[in-house]
Amino acid sequence: MAALGAGLGLKAEHHADAMASRAAALWFEVHAENHLVAGGPRRRWLETVRREHPVSLHGVSLSLAGARPPDANALAGLARLVRELEPALVSEHLAWSRFGGGYLPDLLPFPRNEEALHHVCANVGRVQDAIGRTIAIENPSHYLQLEGHAWSEIGFLTEVSRVTGCRLLLDINNVYVSAVNTGSSAEAYLDAFPAHLVSEIHLAGHHPDPIHGERLLIDSHDAPVAPVVWALFERFLARAGPRPTLIERDAEVPPFAELMRERALAQQRLNRVLPVPVAA
Amino acid sequence: MGELLAFQSAFAEALLAEATPTPTSAWARQPGFAVYRNTVLAACIDALAANYPTVHALLGDPCFREAARDHARASPPPCGVLADYGAVFATFLAGFAPAADLPYLPGVAALDRAWTESHLAADAPVLVPADLQSLDPQRLLESRLAVHPAARWHGDAAMPVVTIWRRHREQMPLGDPLPWHGEAVLLTRPNDAVAWLQVEPAAVAFVAACAAGCSLAEALERSEAEPGADAFAIWLPMLVRAGAFAKEGVA
Repeated sequence: MAALGAGLGLKAEHHADAMASRAAALWFEVHAENHLVAGGPRRRWLETVRREHPVSLHGVSLSLAGARPPDANALAGLARLVRELEPALVSEHLAWSRFGGGYLPDLLPFPRNEEALHHVCANVGRVQDAIGRTIAIENPSHYLQLEGHAWSEIGFLTEVSRVTGCRLLLDINNVYVSAVNTGSSAEAYLDAFPAHLVSEIHLAGHHPDPIHGERLLIDSHDAPVAPVVWALFERFLARAGPRPTLIERDAEVPPFAELMRERALAQQRLNRVLPVPVAA
Repeated sequence: MGELLAFQSAFAEALLAEATPTPTSAWARQPGFAVYRNTVLAACIDALAANYPTVHALLGDPCFREAARDHARASPPPCGVLADYGAVFATFLAGFAPAADLPYLPGVAALDRAWTESHLAADAPVLVPADLQSLDPQRLLESRLAVHPAARWHGDAAMPVVTIWRRHREQMPLGDPLPWHGEAVLLTRPNDAVAWLQVEPAAVAFVAACAAGCSLAEALERSEAEPGADAFAIWLPMLVRAGAFAKEGVA
């Protein structure tokens, strides 16, 4: 398989354009849950994309930080999808979203203590056992100052990786949004992030909260990547080298060509840090 | 109860509470908590709007969002597949007071739900007329037709639910007089796209009987009391051609 360069989150309305695109190192990511169905057009849609391009499955509902194991049906469905699709990447979040038999559609925070570490490691292990491969865990956006953290997020993620063998998905927009919202330094976070564990990078747009303004940023995926996030991306690449990098856009989705132009900006930055080929 | 479970229990309850809860925790007092509340409810409401487009059109956006918000608080999605969210929304709407003057609304919601179920159902080879031609008439009457996994049906004995739903789905004029009598419809998924066929109520009763495990003869008997039963020689081949039955299990 060709190396993964810059990829795009794939929306239903861009299916035909995506099928036809032949950009070098292009790949697509989808939310696994949109395709965890018994059959029909949603599965066919994904199978046809997969025939043309590498695909990444990004989960949003496994609730890895839940106090309960991931839903058995969801795990079985994901295992089937992974088997059929042979995705290039599989990822989830350091968050919870299930409680009492219900799904709360967001990536919810929790105090990073020993008990949570135990649950997250056990749940990541369950997912990896079910699908027969390692996954990458993403740093979510934070909107709260929680009490009771015994671990920094980076320390926690590194420990989960050490215990389970999982990799990390570094969402640089989330790093920036969280730094603003919790009054910390995005640069310090990025510089401390264990680059050798990063198998994928996410970039996306954000916007200020309509009431609280620039003090509270919303990870809205409804705008182009902000200049400050591009700068953080470059800072990380300079230290870590290239990684498969995804542009996410989930709302106010522009035409495919416009997203491809933004994707080219990411690819250019990846090309700049590629190792120089040795002359024969 | 572990600390994590206790935290998540309190957090989940505060997320779905009707009013911003009296802050008992430091996190609930921060402005960022509203971001989680808004995100969770907006995702549920948007999913219901996507899955119930006809109900959305009939109620209008403000009223629909009120109904969807109430429903999401009472019955959050059971799993992460939001395309499948809202299995019991029709039942909720039957008791939704602001829509009490729309008696056909739960029926229309049932049709939106039937579309979703057909769209997401498992794949299976479709029974075609040729599959039945080799059977002699007696064998045919004794055979049990397996209803296709993507086939759904709905009938209403008194209200023009099917016509109302079709006018929205097919972008037909909405103002024409409505036929106030019973109607029925079959949804199938030929060529990977959900399609519908307005049929005699007897045809839908026949498919329901097949799904319950009846032989073809028993299913015809069960559909006898419904309007259109006499025309089975017309609608039975139509059901087969529409893809109502799966190839497997014909015997």
